[in-house]
Amino acid sequence: MPTEYTFPDAAAKAAAVPEFETEKMSLSMGPSHPSTHGVLRLQLELDGEIVTKCDPVLGYLHRGDEKIAENMTYNQFVPYTDRLDYLAPLANNVAYAIAVERLAKLEVPPRCQAIRVIICEMARISAHLLGLGAFGIDVGAWSIFLYTFTEREKLYKLFEELTGARFTTSYTRIGGLARDVPEGWNQRVDAFCDQFLPILDEILNLLTRNKIFMDRTVDVGVISKADAIAYGLTGPNLRGSGVPLDLRKDKPYSGYEQYDFDIPVGAKGDCYDRYLVRGEEMKQSVRIIKQAIAKFPGGDWFARDAKKIFAPPKDKILTSMEELIQNFMLVTEGPQMPAGEVYFEAENPKGALGFFIVSKGGGVPYRLKIRAPSFCNLSILPKVCVGTLVSDVVSILGSLDFVMGEADR
Amino acid sequence: MPAASTDATAALREKIPSATPRASTDHPAVNVPAADALAALKFLRDEQSFDLLVDLTAVDWGTEAAPRFSIIWHLFSTTTLAYLRVAADCTDNAAPAMASTVPLWPGAEWHERETFDMFGIQFIGHPDLRRILMWDGYPHHPLRKDFPLAGIEGELADPEIAKETGAKVIAAPMAGGPFVAAPGEMNLTDAEPRAKDESWNEAKEKPV
Repeated sequence: MPTEYTFPDAAAKAAAVPEFETEKMSLSMGPSHPSTHGVLRLQLELDGEIVTKCDPVLGYLHRGDEKIAENMTYNQFVPYTDRLDYLAPLANNVAYAIAVERLAKLEVPPRCQAIRVIICEMARISAHLLGLGAFGIDVGAWSIFLYTFTEREKLYKLFEELTGARFTTSYTRIGGLARDVPEGWNQRVDAFCDQFLPILDEILNLLTRNKIFMDRTVDVGVISKADAIAYGLTGPNLRGSGVPLDLRKDKPYSGYEQYDFDIPVGAKGDCYDRYLVRGEEMKQSVRIIKQAIAKFPGGDWFARDAKKIFAPPKDKILTSMEELIQNFMLVTEGPQMPAGEVYFEAENPKGALGFFIVSKGGGVPYRLKIRAPSFCNLSILPKVCVGTLVSDVVSILGSLDFVMGEADR
Repeated sequence: MPAASTDATAALREKIPSATPRASTDHPAVNVPAADALAALKFLRDEQSFDLLVDLTAVDWGTEAAPRFSIIWHLFSTTTLAYLRVAADCTDNAAPAMASTVPLWPGAEWHERETFDMFGIQFIGHPDLRRILMWDGYPHHPLRKDFPLAGIEGELADPEIAKETGAKVIAAPMAGGPFVAAPGEMNLTDAEPRAKDESWNEAKEKPV
């Protein structure tokens, strides 16, 4: 028969002891940690498993893009924009091209705008798919990654056909695009959209009511509306906190006002809401793409009258003196811009990607500042990580969906 | 809606008479003296609903310019959906400084750290002004106009590794570099990046 031990005064003794305080532990998470998606390092201070302080360390991927931009012509900088948010290079290309065109007060023709809208939304789908897959891995749902990457591969095939590259597309030029869409490409994009929607539902169904996924994300990393605005969050992270701000709706560019789409917003601002917003955004992107293809305009795909900005057609360069000179001037001196200051931001997959350009005239910017959405989105980490478990930090990082190429520039 | 931010600039100039309009290609813009910058931004945030600080940066107008550094804030209003650019010149060229806007927008903290890192501008009242992109102890401010594109040779970030290996941070080789387009410095044959040893090619093996 087991003996029963009783300690009648144990509760009283425990109450008399002052609260037990453990030694704080310092933990360096990253820069090469699977959940830091690149080279972000978090210097954490832990009390047991609770984060008491979080100090993000950035700059491991700093390449000095802004300094480089001051030393090259506007068109030469296009490939560098690929490498900002390298998960959505097409969207970066478009944001940069529109910023420089705003400086020149140049309006591109409707066909060019429609192509830009289509590629921006394709880039959004591709970026959100990766964000979703990586988020899934972070919280233990490995299979999502395989499904989303299968879909991304299909998008890459389409990107490759359009731009000649899968990853570093460099597709836009100031005043237009590198080339028109290939024959039948729109139909293939349309076909992709048709088959994508049911697969997307399947992918989201694996997570949306998944008990493990919900345990890891619901009520984790809650960002209030006021905090989201105060820290300058943009994109799905801001909308996840319930602020219906989307530059495609609020400050339409590239003809976004013609398309019918909804802005999903979250209710609580936790990791789960941010996931839901991204899932719905992909469906809305498909809606936009299908509308853009349905009323795809004809005509020019570059600004024909902007002779000092956009290069003439190649066959003319090789046969006509005037066009040869134009092309030569454009390549050596760069697209000619007036003096002025311009700030343009586009609604990129990660948030508002802004370019502030100070021009003194000529083909080279005097100062080009890149406002990187990931940089601003990460600045809330020291606030939102405090008081959470270490494993929740992984969920928060996955749900913020950042790219270090952009944050570090 | 540009009308909303035009109203805001008018209201700002009424409140702070030293504010002057600033030339701009797109959004309304104002110049304010450095001393009034914080008051102006507080007014714009609290009474003109510019609640979102989208961007904060600096411009270096060149070593000869006076004033040399300007701080540029880009504000956005989530209610009127208007942008506004606010600029203030730093008064001292040798030790540029500006009032910190972290009390108004906590999100300014990293922007100001970056501006300090890249331009060496002190933000008075910033809670934790450290470098953010370059490493602690880096001696230069790379986005200043007198900093060369190639960089400046210097010490490694980690003194222990530097002592052990003798390695240094070396300047980028610019000859034949990918982004130098300044005409007249060298002839095109030298500027073109190519293998200098032409005794071998695809058809002929490299001699050992």
